[in-house]
Order: sequence, then C-alpha cells, then structure tokens
Amino acid sequence: MIFYMMTIPAVILFFTFHTLPLIKGIFYSFTDWNGYGDWKFIGFKNFINVFQDDNIKNAYGFTFKFAILTTIIVNVISLALAVALNSSIKFKNTLRAIFFLPNILGVLIVGYIFNYVFAHLLPQVGASLNIDFLSSNILGNPELAWLGIVFVASWQSIAFNTIIYLSGLQTIDQDIYEASDIDGANKWQTFIKITFPLIAPFFTINMVLSMKGALMVFDQIIAMTGGGPGNATQSISYVIYHFGFSGGNFAYQSANAVIYFIVIVSISLFQMRVLAKREVDL
Amino acid sequence: MKKIKINKVLTVIMIILAGIFILFPLYILVSTALKSPEDMMKSTLALPTTFRFDNFTEAIKLTNFFQAFRNSLVITSISVLFIILSNSMVAYAIARNRDKKYFNMLYYYFLSAMFVPFQIIMLPLVQQVSSLHLDNIPGIIVLYIVYGLPFNIFLYVGYLKSLPSSLEEAATLDGASIWQVFFQIIFPLLKPINATVGILAFLGCWNDFMLPLIILSKPELSTLPLVQYVFQGQFSTNYNLAFASYMLALAPIIIVYVFAQRFIISGVTNGAIKQ
Repeated sequence: MIFYMMTIPAVILFFTFHTLPLIKGIFYSFTDWNGYGDWKFIGFKNFINVFQDDNIKNAYGFTFKFAILTTIIVNVISLALAVALNSSIKFKNTLRAIFFLPNILGVLIVGYIFNYVFAHLLPQVGASLNIDFLSSNILGNPELAWLGIVFVASWQSIAFNTIIYLSGLQTIDQDIYEASDIDGANKWQTFIKITFPLIAPFFTINMVLSMKGALMVFDQIIAMTGGGPGNATQSISYVIYHFGFSGGNFAYQSANAVIYFIVIVSISLFQMRVLAKREVDL
Repeated sequence: MKKIKINKVLTVIMIILAGIFILFPLYILVSTALKSPEDMMKSTLALPTTFRFDNFTEAIKLTNFFQAFRNSLVITSISVLFIILSNSMVAYAIARNRDKKYFNMLYYYFLSAMFVPFQIIMLPLVQQVSSLHLDNIPGIIVLYIVYGLPFNIFLYVGYLKSLPSSLEEAATLDGASIWQVFFQIIFPLLKPINATVGILAFLGCWNDFMLPLIILSKPELSTLPLVQYVFQGQFSTNYNLAFASYMLALAPIIIVYVFAQRFIISGVTNGAIKQ
C-alpha cells in the first residue's frame, strides 16, 4: 500500500504535465485551432500541408545537414583527443578538466560569445589574411551561416564526447597493447583492430546522444542567427517554437511536431539497432 | 624509437592546439568584459590596457543580476533537492515491485517518455501552465521535477537492482516501516547515484533556456540565461557591457566547476554510460 502511495503523486503530476500535453498536441494536430477560440476537425489536412510547406522542408534540410555534420566532426575530433589524452602525458587531470569545461557552460551564452567572434573578430582576421570567405560575417551569409552553428555546437559537444571516449579507453586492459606490440602491429592497426572495437559501446552512446542533441538544436539558433539570414538556419525546434507561438499556427505546428516526434523516435531506434548489431559483429 | 617520439610530439601538438581552441573564446570573454570601448577601438584581440570594472557594475544594474542569480539559485537548488528525493522514491517503489503489473507498467510508461521530444508537448504545455497560474517559479520547479522522472527512474532502478535486499528484509523483520526502510537504509545507500542524478539535474536546470523562455512570463522571474536573452537588444552596441554580463552569468558555474570538477566529470560520465 505504501509503495502505491510513493508513486501516485508522481504519476498524477507526470500525466498532467507530460502525457496530457502530448495527447493534446496530437489531438490538436487534427484540428484547425490557432490557439484560441473555435476549432473543428480537419482530418489529415495539416499533415498534408506540412509535407508541402517549403519553409518546413527547408527546416528539415537544415536540421539534418547540421546534425549529420556536427555528429561526424564531434566524434572524429573527440575520439582523436581522447586517444591523445589517454597517452602517457603530464597534467592529465588538469587537461581533462580544461577539455570538459565547455560542456558545463550555458549554450545560449556560449552562442552569444561566438556570435561576437564571428561578427567582429573573424572578419578582421580574414581581411588581414586575405581569406575571402572569412572577411565578412559568415552568420550573415545564407550559404555559410549553418557552418557557424556547426562550429559552436561542436565546440561544446566535443567536451562531452571526449570525456566519454576517455572513460571508454580507460576500461581497456593495457596488456592487450603489449601483445599487439610484440606482434609488430603499428599504431594505426592497433587502433583500428583493437582499440576501436573495444570502445564500440562508447561509440554507440556518443553517436546516439550527439545526433539526438543536434536534431534538437535551438539555443544556438536563438543566440546566433534567429533562424536567419532569411530562413537559412531555422531548425525544426525553432520553427515549432517561433510559428507555433507567435504565428497563430498552433494546430499546424502541432502536426509538424508530431511528424518530428516520429522522425526522432525512428532515428534513435534505427541508430541503436545498427550500432548495437555492429558491436556484436566486432 | 624515433617513431614513438614523432607520435609523442604529434600528441602534444594536438593537445596544445585543442587547448587553445577551447580557451580562446574564454580569453575573448574575459578580455572584452574588462575593456573600455576605447580599448576596443584599438584592438579587439589585445589584452585590456586598463581594467574597467565599471562594465560589471553597469551590467549588474542593467540586467538586475542579483535578482536573476537568486531566481536561478532558488529554481536550481529546490529542483535538484526534490528531484533526488522524489525520483529515487518512485524508483524504489518500482524496483521492489516489478513483479506486480501496476509497477511494471509504470516503469515502461516512464521509460517510453524518454523518446518524446519536448517540442511536441511545448505548445499545449504553455497554455495548460498559464491557465493553472503556474507560469512562475514554483511552476517551473514542478516541471523540472516531473521531467526528471523518466531518465532518473531508469538510472535509479538500474542501481537499486544491484543493491542486496537482505538489509531491507532484516529491517522489516525488526518492525521498520517501508518509509523508514527507504529513508534510513535505502536512501543513504543511493549516495553514488544520487550524486550523478544531482549533478546532471544541477547542470540541466542552471543552464536551461527553453523552459524559462516559454514558462516564466514576468521579467522579474527571469533566470540568468533568460536575462541575457531579454537584454540582448540593449547590449547591441556596447559589447563590453554585454560581455561583462555574460561573464557574470557564467561565473557561478565556473567557480563551482573549479572546486568540484572531478566530481562533476564523473557524475556526467556515469549518467551517460548507464544510458
């Protein structure tokens, strides 16, 4: 009986503030409600319109290219850094602490700092070095602005991923390296054949978490571009927030959010499936 | 032998480059925050010639720093405290009754919520919260506690499985109630996982921007990140003032990090690896 009492308040609150809004969101996605007043059912009309909406298609395009590039950059660099930090170097703990620092800083404020770097510092550097594409603010360039956001997101995520890879590397028994050394394997072979398979579970965690995080990108957009120039860096989260609250498109953006939900779940499940299978194969 | 040396040199070079890469924005943050606008005209990169602490006093006044700091502190500390207490209790009830249908269902109910992106509940949530008059600090605390449940139950249940039940059984035989068993025996044993949950919740609440943005309607309730957003327009031309404000907003967590970095890193790592 007491066990039931322990859970009931949590269940009621969770239902009220999580499940209920979820049900409402799905429900309204089949209506034409704009946030207030009357509404009626319109079937799948919102969904059909979402699929034909260029602005939303553009947001999916941006979010995916952003998420994929960020995930690749973050994982390559943090794996290399983790290997470097795991070798016998001095000040290991201090370095680890410095490398993790970006992870604890608020994303929004970091975004503001980089916003300034891109707007005022880099153009100066670019102009003095005669590098053309750097000599103006890349966040103001519809073709390049997304790369600025990739850069900032990577700067923060590398910190987290490096530490995860590092803790993976520390689980490896050092004897196995001696054995491969005796067999005459070079560093690269050792890494591909021994180190990487042994830290495969950590690779899975990092891939799933960085992809998921990148698909939700929001704070950086607010701090750096506000979705611009034009709609070049509007992420899906940003579109739902921006047009859902201020555009009077409550039901329409709810339909967008439902699709987004399905996409996120499918990607997470797919990633876990593929990567977990690879872990076994290795 | 030579090859090993080259490797070592490459490693060190890479670490130094990465170090510069990480610390450079922080250098910009500190030096810009301390400069006067005249210094900025000369060079944006150089160290300040004179330290201008007026930037900070102005930023404190403009953004009402201490009020935002207090809001952040109240929201974060109360949320973290109740997340640890309540989430572990729910997890305990679930972990010890997995054979009963209700508790097993509950476990999967909470777990499946981990897949739900916040964006889908965001629009209806805001309406619901404001109609319940919870668009304030108590409201956001309740939301943090409730949204912590899925992931934390997952962490706690995993940890509780590894605890032997003999101690609890002995205590029950001695006539201890379930509440006593939980608070006097189980809760102290949860220390390592409480630390992990607490650190993740602390970082999550302190740095969160989205929930305060959509929930906290009154400016005087703003948290530290939200204040930066609200005042962004007024900073526009005075970068020194803006950076002084950013630095003030980041300072508390950096100070905590300097003293507790080992603890924070292991907490975050534990949380991720158990996922």
